[in-house]
Amino acid sequence: MAAPIVKLDNIHKIYASGEVEVHAVRGISLEIQKGEFIAIMGSSGSGKSTLMNTLGCLDRPTRGSYLLDGINVSALNRNELADMRNQKLGFVFQGFNLLSRTSALENVELPMLYAPRRISAAEMRERAMHSLEIVGLAARHDHLPNQLSGGQQQRVAIARALVNRPQLLLADEPTGNLDTKTSVEVMGVFQKLNDAGITIVMVTHELDIAHFCKRNLIVRDGLVVRDELVVNRSIAAEEMKKHLAAETAAKLTVAAP
Amino acid sequence: MRLVATTIIALRALRRNKMRSVLTALGMIIGVGAVIAMVSIGNGAKVQVEASIASLGQNIISVFPGTLTTGGARGGWGSASTLTPEDALAIQAEIAGVVAVSPEVRDRQQVLSNGLNWNTSINGVSPDFLSIRDWGLAEGVIFTDLEVRSTAKVAVIGQTVADQLFPGSSPVGQTLRIRNIPFKIIGLLKPKGFNYFGSDQDDTVLIPYTSAMRRVARRTTLSSILIQSTTQNQMPRIQQEITDLLQQRRQGREPDFTVRNQMELAEAATATSRTMTGLLGAIAGVSLIVGGIGIMNIMLVSVTERTREIGIRLAIGAHDHDIRLQFLIEAMVLSLMGGALGILIGVGASQIVSQLNGWPVQVSSASIIVAFVFSGAVGIGFGFYPAHKAAKLDPIEALRFE
Repeated sequence: MAAPIVKLDNIHKIYASGEVEVHAVRGISLEIQKGEFIAIMGSSGSGKSTLMNTLGCLDRPTRGSYLLDGINVSALNRNELADMRNQKLGFVFQGFNLLSRTSALENVELPMLYAPRRISAAEMRERAMHSLEIVGLAARHDHLPNQLSGGQQQRVAIARALVNRPQLLLADEPTGNLDTKTSVEVMGVFQKLNDAGITIVMVTHELDIAHFCKRNLIVRDGLVVRDELVVNRSIAAEEMKKHLAAETAAKLTVAAP
Repeated sequence: MRLVATTIIALRALRRNKMRSVLTALGMIIGVGAVIAMVSIGNGAKVQVEASIASLGQNIISVFPGTLTTGGARGGWGSASTLTPEDALAIQAEIAGVVAVSPEVRDRQQVLSNGLNWNTSINGVSPDFLSIRDWGLAEGVIFTDLEVRSTAKVAVIGQTVADQLFPGSSPVGQTLRIRNIPFKIIGLLKPKGFNYFGSDQDDTVLIPYTSAMRRVARRTTLSSILIQSTTQNQMPRIQQEITDLLQQRRQGREPDFTVRNQMELAEAATATSRTMTGLLGAIAGVSLIVGGIGIMNIMLVSVTERTREIGIRLAIGAHDHDIRLQFLIEAMVLSLMGGALGILIGVGASQIVSQLNGWPVQVSSASIIVAFVFSGAVGIGFGFYPAHKAAKLDPIEALRFE
């Protein structure tokens, strides 16, 4: 078996907020293999956000070791962490976090501008367009975020996360701001990417969204309390069909005299 | 450092917020514009002052009578009336490098002609007076040395006197009465206008100094002696030699004269206008600093407002120096852009001022370069703190910022 992409070993995170110490993560050990599609669930305050920030190299654990693609993240400084985020990770946020008044294309180009190696303008454009094609928005590359729907904005954000060919795609409640239909649409994009071999970890608190993933983790009080594979996984294309059928039925009901 | 990429990022950020960018640069535009306009106006004034000093004549040394102390009471300058025509002749004869000498005997008299009268200054001089003062004749001739020796009753009048006594006709050939003595007008001076001190130089009647002493002022001494030297750098030597010569001629008496050169006057006058220029520049410089603070202000607001953006950049791999450089470049581009626009506006404003008020205006390239460099420096100086603040943000906190 190949080396895991992520290997967490007894991770602790303690925040010293004034006098009180907050023990947010209390010894989580976790391995993530290439090609996995994981949903992390938990109520607020369970430590899932801290876990996500640690996985995302935004924060260093207080104790324990974190190997990302074989590199010991715990030992890196602020700028080395930034390079890890740039090269190994892709981020998708709940609030999309696109730069306003900036075209979809330029938003997708952004991570390449911070790449350690300089990338030519032509290559940046080509790669950004390719990323937009993957999420099906190449035709809208010159649109500004406020000219796109929520689902489209999230797809631009996914394109941005993909553009540096990351080892791991991290999504923090990616469907939290979207309606059911758009959520299914976005999950469809994730499933397509996962089918193409991209490893995805997402945080969600919606059970039916977690059902689109292959493996579910439940975090409570800073520990993983359940770790199980999803049986009867939802497939976005089928869910979409069911949803459309339900919509049509609803319309017919309303239209009937 | 990813200089090229960061410059692109900074320019894109400025382009996203065009209105804010322009408003931020406005302080700089006004500041630099003010500096350029003020310094241009100040320089123009200085040039004008220098020109009006030059109109008094070049390389002139003046000898004035000194003070006289009688019974402990000290008179002011000129109270000692001891300057004689012989002093003037001795200066001309004995000192090398002297081109021209003219004694001066000044008096004020009522002059009459043509049934009109006018109170004007009577100036007894030698024919050299015109070359010393760099003054030409509009009509006629100046009196000769012979006429000076013969205390001739001839006069050359200024334009103001001509206008007052001979309106609409040529004064040359007419007769003028000073103290009821008829003087024949043989020449008319070219108009020279007001001097630096504001008096009308054309309100004068020139007559031979001998005639002035004997017939008009009725005195045996001179009001002053004007001496012109060949070159400017000879002046200190000549000034010293005149002092020595006159002292020697006084045979051990207290010095009763004073020798001054016109450079001192010119220096005093240009120093005044230099002070003015400096003052205007300083006021404008303050507005430049205010402009810089304006940039800092907006940049600080901008950092707060764009916390989320900074968070996104940090999350997707920006180093802290990338963020710092981005904000520094933004501040510098704004201030340099403001500086460039300010230069255009300053030059334009000084042209408008010169058109409207008729002030002489001189735009100096030095002030343009200084203003531009200074605006760049202001950009870096006042941009640094906001940039540093942005670079030190924590990505998690910044992303959570609403």
